[in-house]
Amino acid sequence: MTTSAKPDLQISLEPERYELAARPAYRFEVDRREFFKFLGAGMLIIGALKNADALQESGARRTGESFPQEIGAWLHLGENGVVTVYTGKVEVGQNIRTSLSQCVAEELHVSLSKIQMVMGDTQLTPFDMGTFGSRTTPTMNPQLRKVAAAARDLLIGLAAAEWQIDCKRLIAADGRVSDPESKRTLEYAALAKGRQLTQTISTENPLLPAAQWTVQGQSLPKVNGRDFVTGKHRYPCDQKLPGMLHGKILRPASFGATLASIDTHQAEQIPGVTVVRDGNFVGVAAPSAEIASRAIAAIRAEWKAEPQPSNKELFDYLKQNATKGDDPTGDGSRYDVGSVEQALASADHRLQQTYTVSYIAHAPLEPRAALAQWSGDNLSVWTGTQRPFGVRGELAEAFRVPEESVRVLMPDTGSGYGGKHTGEAAIEAARLARAAKRPVKLVWTREEEFTWAYFRPAGVIEVSGGLRSDGTIAAWEFHNYNSGSAGIKTYYDFANQRIEFHPTRSPLRQGSYRALAATANHFARESFMDELAHLVKMDPLEFRLKNLKNERLRAVFEAAAKKFGWGQTKLAGHGFGIGGGFEKAGNIATCAEVVVDQKSREVKVLRVLSAFECGAIVNPDNLRNQIEGSNIMGLGGALFEAIEFENGRILNGKFSRYRVPRFSDVPAVETVLLDRKDIPSAGAGECPMIGLAPAIGNAIFDATGVRIRSLPMIPNGLKAV
Amino acid sequence: MAQVTKLNVNGRPCTIDADADISLLSVLRDQLDLTGSKYGCGEGQCGACTVLIDGIARRSCITQVGSVGQKQIMTIEGLAQGDRLHPLQEAFLEEAAMQCAYCTSGMIMTAVSFLRANPNPSPAAVSHSMEGNICRCGTHPRIVAAVLRAAKSGNHSVKESGQ
Repeated sequence: MTTSAKPDLQISLEPERYELAARPAYRFEVDRREFFKFLGAGMLIIGALKNADALQESGARRTGESFPQEIGAWLHLGENGVVTVYTGKVEVGQNIRTSLSQCVAEELHVSLSKIQMVMGDTQLTPFDMGTFGSRTTPTMNPQLRKVAAAARDLLIGLAAAEWQIDCKRLIAADGRVSDPESKRTLEYAALAKGRQLTQTISTENPLLPAAQWTVQGQSLPKVNGRDFVTGKHRYPCDQKLPGMLHGKILRPASFGATLASIDTHQAEQIPGVTVVRDGNFVGVAAPSAEIASRAIAAIRAEWKAEPQPSNKELFDYLKQNATKGDDPTGDGSRYDVGSVEQALASADHRLQQTYTVSYIAHAPLEPRAALAQWSGDNLSVWTGTQRPFGVRGELAEAFRVPEESVRVLMPDTGSGYGGKHTGEAAIEAARLARAAKRPVKLVWTREEEFTWAYFRPAGVIEVSGGLRSDGTIAAWEFHNYNSGSAGIKTYYDFANQRIEFHPTRSPLRQGSYRALAATANHFARESFMDELAHLVKMDPLEFRLKNLKNERLRAVFEAAAKKFGWGQTKLAGHGFGIGGGFEKAGNIATCAEVVVDQKSREVKVLRVLSAFECGAIVNPDNLRNQIEGSNIMGLGGALFEAIEFENGRILNGKFSRYRVPRFSDVPAVETVLLDRKDIPSAGAGECPMIGLAPAIGNAIFDATGVRIRSLPMIPNGLKAV
Repeated sequence: MAQVTKLNVNGRPCTIDADADISLLSVLRDQLDLTGSKYGCGEGQCGACTVLIDGIARRSCITQVGSVGQKQIMTIEGLAQGDRLHPLQEAFLEEAAMQCAYCTSGMIMTAVSFLRANPNPSPAAVSHSMEGNICRCGTHPRIVAAVLRAAKSGNHSVKESGQ
């Protein structure tokens, strides 16, 4: 279990990030001369991170461990005045290319148009563990600000030396240093000219307080937005090289299947086709995607596999295969305070309920894609991943080459949601490229993405509570089987608690997903809170506030309720629900209004309002966009998304069978932003999602008296519940 | 297999070499290097591949290239006139109606076709017209707002040669 005391100072990996394999830490070396050769003369500012409070989580390889790396980010100011910023973070639609540019512009006092961001290129950027866990804003933002502030101070120092005056007299603004007394100015470009200056800074540089921000805190538009609306931007699947072939993989008949027999003769006869067989790996490289498909279809293969469970018996399976009563992940997954047994025994009211969540798919609109090119033993791969350095490690391991000879490049990608932490397509494309001795591009089909990626873990959550008649919760017991421990700890004030995460054998490959298990744990907790409130006939909001001291969380609950009109009279058939919580250093409260048709029992979510607070706001409109997006994407998992599977096969692995939110599903969405300039900025891509499902479930109960304890709640409508 | 050797794309005749039964999307992307149209599902369910054929929004992933003949195809790359963006492109930027933006070109092309037939739509009509397009990032309300903004700005016609 993560501690929430200092969420920004260290990262410990949640156990449900199963896809992150343990590997030795890697330390990036900087060759400064090479750097100037590559970039041209100017100034190079390196952000060095020397101790355990380093804000870069790079190198944390095993659960609960944190290895700070020497370098977090660097920045180059060229003779032309262009600022190039290097970070291992990547852009998957969360708009950090923009928000990180803003923070550099702020501290360096240079216009946004002079800044270019080089992101997620393992050859050019410092090591980074990955873009996940809402870490970019709390970690990379302050690092880049410090680097930019150091660059500014260095420029001021250069101007002071040039003019032989005290640097305290000088002001940096708008890309130049000026002396108000003598009215002299020097452009940054002129100051950088002819130099090969490097400076390494520690993390101590003071930063501009949020209250004084002029560039941060503004709703600046996406920096390269024009490239996206014109179709110019090249996503990973759009990459191209001369002589490139197209790859396709022969997929096993079911999960875990091994080849019993194979005949590739026909495929090999197709002109231009290279067939690769390497253990259970079978793939082809061909001059076009169509020929590659034809070649795969021409392969005759028989697979053998063990029988596997189906989604019908999923929740029994998870309970039966759980590891009980210990702490297998070593991260403190069990949490005990006081005596739950005694408190339950002496409570005025007791309640016990079980909640379940299904496997769901990320279904990023751009499926996995990679373009691989070998040059001798050196490999370059362009691919869409949230972990370019992680994928580099996977490639090095798969091909038994040193990491130094592998370069992974990550063009801004068609989303990830925690689903693109792994390098399957990269490895497959590279294997085909090695055999074909030509560059190979591989783009997964939608069915492949639905089947051969990984899923958000399914889970069973059992909750028991003991109440005093005044609405105080005396006992709280909470067991999560398999779905994960993110957000498992309660922010309510309960004197006696037992909270435990039970890892289980999973029938499907599972891993990270936007907000991880915080969605499941909040669904269970906030639904159960609603049930407890009704047990003692208290208003659900009042009941929460009675058991909650945390001021930040109280503030979002109160702000959401106020703007939403909590407690107002409802029309017949309408219901209000509320849910919220704390996750990834953000606080969310979400209210939902649903209407249920008396006859058809059709449920319509009419409106959703979220109040969110994540410290000082970096870009308000982008923050709203993330909150709206979290709620709308979250509708799917809340209402109808569920992976169906049987005997090692996915049964609904395409958009015509797997329902994702569409325009007609979308309610009116409103956001209330609480800007806490006194609190460091946290990330916002995940937390806003967690209030939605319980808010809707509680609203359905309010409207109908029907309590739904499964996610998705109404895959076949309310009638089927 | 019949071969297709000519297409009219973005106002220009193009030379291609494709079996008639392969998808228009694949020809646009792989042979003409027009990668603004995206693959998202291959079954006409997500709209990421939407292009205009004679001004009407079509799913290029399930359109066989042999069925297009000499009709006018327009892709996202053909929408702006030189440096001047189409009002829908402007509106998507102004409303920040995108996150990863992988769906954006399909959304815009669908909306171009829709606004041409419905120059003054209600929000509900816009939403209904976009039902076949998937955005996984959840920017739907912004997309509706962008289409409405473009409608208000008027002048959302598209010049296509041959029409």
